[in-house]
Amino acid sequence: MHPRLELRSICKRYPGVVANDDVSLSIQPGEIHAVLGENGAGKSTLMKIIYGAAQADSGEIYCDGNPIAAHNPAVSRALGIEMVYQHFALFESVSVVENIALSASSAFHLPTLAEKIRNLSMRYGMPIDPHRQVHDLSVGERQRVEIVRCLLQAPKLLILDEPTSVLTPQAVVKLFETLRQLAAEGCSIVYISHKLDEVQELCDTATVLRNGKVTGTARPKETTSLELARMMVGSKLPEMHVSPPVPSEKPVLEVNGLSVKARDHFGVDLKNVSFNVHGGEIVGLAGVSGNGQAELVALLSGERTHDRGDAIRICGIDAARLRPNERRKLGIAFVPEERLGRGAVPSHTLWENAVLTAHRFGTVRNGLVDRRKAKAFATGIIDRFKVKANGAQSIAQSLSGGNLQKFIVGREIALKPKLFLVSQPTWGVDVGASAFIRQTIIDLSRAGAAVLVVSEELDELFEICDRLLVICQGKVSAPLIRTTTDREEIGLLMTGRGMSEGASANGSGDIVLQD
Amino acid sequence: MRVAAPILATILTVVVGSIFFASLGHDPLATLYAFFVEPLSSMNGLSEWLLKASPLILIACGLAVGFRANVWNIGAEGQFTMGAIAASGVGLFWPNPESVLLLPLMFVAGMGAGMAWAAIPAFLRARMNTNEILVTLMMTYIATLFLSYLVHGPWRDPAGFNYPQTALLPAAALLQSFDPAYRLNSSIFITVAAVILMWLFTDRSFLGYKMSVSGAAPLAARYAGFRESAAVWIGLLAGGAAAGIAGMAEAAGPLGQLSPQISPGYGFAAIIVAFIGRLNAFGIVLGGLLMSLLFLGGEGVQMTLGLPSAMTRIFQGFLLFFLLAADFFIFYRVRLVRPIRDAHALETAR
Ligand SMILES: Nc1ncnc2c1ncn2[C@@H]1O[C@H](COP(=O)(O)OP(=O)(O)OP(=O)(O)O)[C@@H](O)[C@H]1O
Ligand SMILES: [Mg+2]
Repeated sequence: MHPRLELRSICKRYPGVVANDDVSLSIQPGEIHAVLGENGAGKSTLMKIIYGAAQADSGEIYCDGNPIAAHNPAVSRALGIEMVYQHFALFESVSVVENIALSASSAFHLPTLAEKIRNLSMRYGMPIDPHRQVHDLSVGERQRVEIVRCLLQAPKLLILDEPTSVLTPQAVVKLFETLRQLAAEGCSIVYISHKLDEVQELCDTATVLRNGKVTGTARPKETTSLELARMMVGSKLPEMHVSPPVPSEKPVLEVNGLSVKARDHFGVDLKNVSFNVHGGEIVGLAGVSGNGQAELVALLSGERTHDRGDAIRICGIDAARLRPNERRKLGIAFVPEERLGRGAVPSHTLWENAVLTAHRFGTVRNGLVDRRKAKAFATGIIDRFKVKANGAQSIAQSLSGGNLQKFIVGREIALKPKLFLVSQPTWGVDVGASAFIRQTIIDLSRAGAAVLVVSEELDELFEICDRLLVICQGKVSAPLIRTTTDREEIGLLMTGRGMSEGASANGSGDIVLQD
Repeated sequence: MRVAAPILATILTVVVGSIFFASLGHDPLATLYAFFVEPLSSMNGLSEWLLKASPLILIACGLAVGFRANVWNIGAEGQFTMGAIAASGVGLFWPNPESVLLLPLMFVAGMGAGMAWAAIPAFLRARMNTNEILVTLMMTYIATLFLSYLVHGPWRDPAGFNYPQTALLPAAALLQSFDPAYRLNSSIFITVAAVILMWLFTDRSFLGYKMSVSGAAPLAARYAGFRESAAVWIGLLAGGAAAGIAGMAEAAGPLGQLSPQISPGYGFAAIIVAFIGRLNAFGIVLGGLLMSLLFLGGEGVQMTLGLPSAMTRIFQGFLLFFLLAADFFIFYRVRLVRPIRDAHALETAR
C-alpha cells in the first residue's frame, strides 16, 4: 500500500536561512505523526509546502503514491488535505460561517452550514457561534474556528500547526478524541506542538527537525519527554528555580470594583472585578478564552480607558483614565496575545518594532529615531532571548511564530517594568525557550516587579504563579494560593460551577458553560 | 518590486499612449516626440518643466505624510485654492504695498489658509469619525466656488474690463523670476526644502515613525499608545500646509493675480505623484517631474498638432490606472478556477 503522504528531499531556503534541508518523511493512512523541533526549525515551512501554500525549491511530494506536480492549496483541498495554520488565515471582516463557506469546495446553503458548524463545534467541545464576526473573536476562539473548518471537510490528511496553543485543557481532551476517531477511519494527521505530553499521548510516530534537517525519528509513546526534548534542543534543558515570593507591602496594581459593559453584544461585561497584584509576586489569571480576559487586559493596558480613575491604580496612582503610553511611564510593560499586528507591526523590521515601546529608552533623541541605538537594543533582545532571525534588519512577519513571541516578550522585559502584564507568555514557544521565558519572568518578579500572567495553560500557571485568579463570564474569583489549590478547583471555577453567585446571568455565557 | 510598479506603469502609459495617437490618425513616434521630448528641448521648456513640477512635488510631499498613515486627503485642490486666495488677499489689501514683509506675510497666510481648510475635515474625522475622503473632496468644490464668487464679485478688478479677475499683485508681492525671459522663480527652493523636510520627517523623526505605525498596523499603534487623532491631524495639516504654500507660490509667481482657473488640477495630480513616488520623498521628485512633463506635453501637442486639451488628463488617467494595476498584479495573483468535481477526477486527470 502507498503511504498517504511521502516527502522526498524537500529543500527550501529563505534569505539568510535554510528552512528545510533535504527533508524526507512518509506517513501511512491512519497514522498520527508529530513533527517536533525548536522555534525556527522549519516545521511551519514544511507544512506550508505540503499544503501548497509555499513552494519547495527542490524535492517531491507524493500523495497516495501519485506525485503532486503543480501544487497549491486548491489542489490540496481537492485531494482532501486540510491545514490549520499557526497564524490563522481567516477573513476578519466577515462572520465565522462565511469564512468557512469561502473555503468550502462544494455548493453550500448558509443557514444549514451555520447549523452544522454549531452542532459539530459543540460535539467537539469547541463551541463557536457561527454568526459572530471574526474580528471580534479572541485568538482562542479563532483557533476553534480553524479546527472546525477543517473537520467539516472530512479530510484524508489533516495538518495541525500548533492547534492547541490556546485551547483549554477540556477542549484539548475532546480534540484528541476526535482526532483519534478520524485516524481510526483512515485519516492521516500531521501534528505540530511544543507540548510534549500531548505528543506522547496522541502521536504514533514523530520526526524531529533541527535547523531544517531531520535529526531523528521516534515513537513518542515509548520515549520519555526528556528524551524527546533532548532530541529537539540538542542539549540539556535549563532547570527552573522558583524561590518563595516576597510581596511588597503596598500593591503595585489595584483593581477596585471595575464594571464595564461590553463594546458589542458578543463581548463580555466585566462585573465588579477587584484584585491586587503586589511587587515581588506573580499572579495568574486563568480562564477559558472569551470570558472577559480581552476586555480586562485592554482596560489594564490602557488600550481601553475607564471613566472612574481609581477603578485601576498603578503604583498608587489613579490610572484607569490614562492612555497606554502614560501608563507605560508609570512602569507598566505589556505583552498582548496577538503578536502580529498588535504586539508588532508585521511589515516593519525588528529594530523598528523595538522602537514601538522602547522609545523612552534612548532609541529616540530630540524627536528623531536613533537607528544605531534602536538596532543595538533589538540586537540585545535577539541575543539574550536567542531569537532566531537574520539580525535586527529582519522583517517581523518573516520570523517563525515562537521567535517573534520571544522577541516581543524580550522587548517588554527589557523595559524593566514595575508591573508586567503578559498574555499567553509562551504561546508557540519551544520547551527550551519556554523554560527560559518563565525563568526570566520569575526573576523579574523576585527582583521586585509585579507580574500578572493571563493564560489558558494551567500547567504554566501552576509552574510560575504564586496566586491564582479565575475569570469566568466577566467575574473574577477571589485569589487562591497556588500551594493550597489544585487543578480541579481551578477547573471548576473556570467553568463557572465553582462561583458562589449564579453565574449564568450573561447571555453569551451558556456557550462557555458547555465546555 | 515597489520600484518596479511605477516604472512599468510609465512604460505602459507611453505604449498605450502611442497606440492612442495612432488611432487618432497621428504618427505615433512623431507625436511621442512632440509630447515628451520637444517640451524639454528649449531653455524655456526646461524652466516651465521645473515651474510646473514644483507645486506638484510640494503638494505630494505634504499629502504623502498623511497617506503613509492611511489619512486620505483628496482635497489638496481646495487647500491650494484657499492658499492662493488668502495670499492674494494679503498681497492686494495690505496697507503698505511696498513692504518687504509682504511676501513673508503672504506665505504665512497661504499656509495658514491651506491648513485651516484641512483642519475642518481633520476635526470632523478626529471628533465625529466622518470620512475624510468625502469631506476633503467636497470642501474642494466649496473653495473653487468661493474663488469664483470673489473674482466675479467683491475682488474683481474695477479696471479689468469686467473680466472675472483681480487686480495685479503689487511688485513687492511677486516672487521674482531668476531671469526675466523665463518664468521659473525662487519658489523652487521652498519645494527643495519641503522634500528634505519630508524625508527627515518620514524617515528619521519619531513622529513620522508613529504615523507609519498608525498606517501599517492601527492596533499596534493603539497598543503603543500612539493617538489615532494625532495621525489624522498631522496628516491632514501637512497636506493642507503644503497645498496652501503651493497656492501662494502660484498666485505670487506665474499668475500674479487671481482668476477662476488658477490651477490646472495640481491638487489632484499631486495625489498621483505621491503614489507614483511610492510616498517617498525622492520618488515624489521623480514622479513630479514626470507629471509635469505630462502637463507640458499635453499643452505642446494641443498647440502643434491640434490634439484635444484632454490629452493631459487622459495620460494622467493611464498612468494612475497602470500603476494601480501593476501594484495589484505584483501583490495578488489572478487564477482562473474551474470547479473541481471530486478528488478522483483530479487525480486521474494528472
Ligand atoms: N517568508 C519568510 N521569509 C524569510 N524567512 C522565513 C520566512 N518564513 C520562514 N522563514 C524562516 O525560516 C525558518 C523556519 O521558520 P518556520 O516558521 O518554519 O519555523 P517553525 O519550526 O515553524 O518555528 P515555530 O515553532 O517558532 O513556529 C525561520 O528561521 C524563519 O525565520
Ligand atoms: Mg511554526
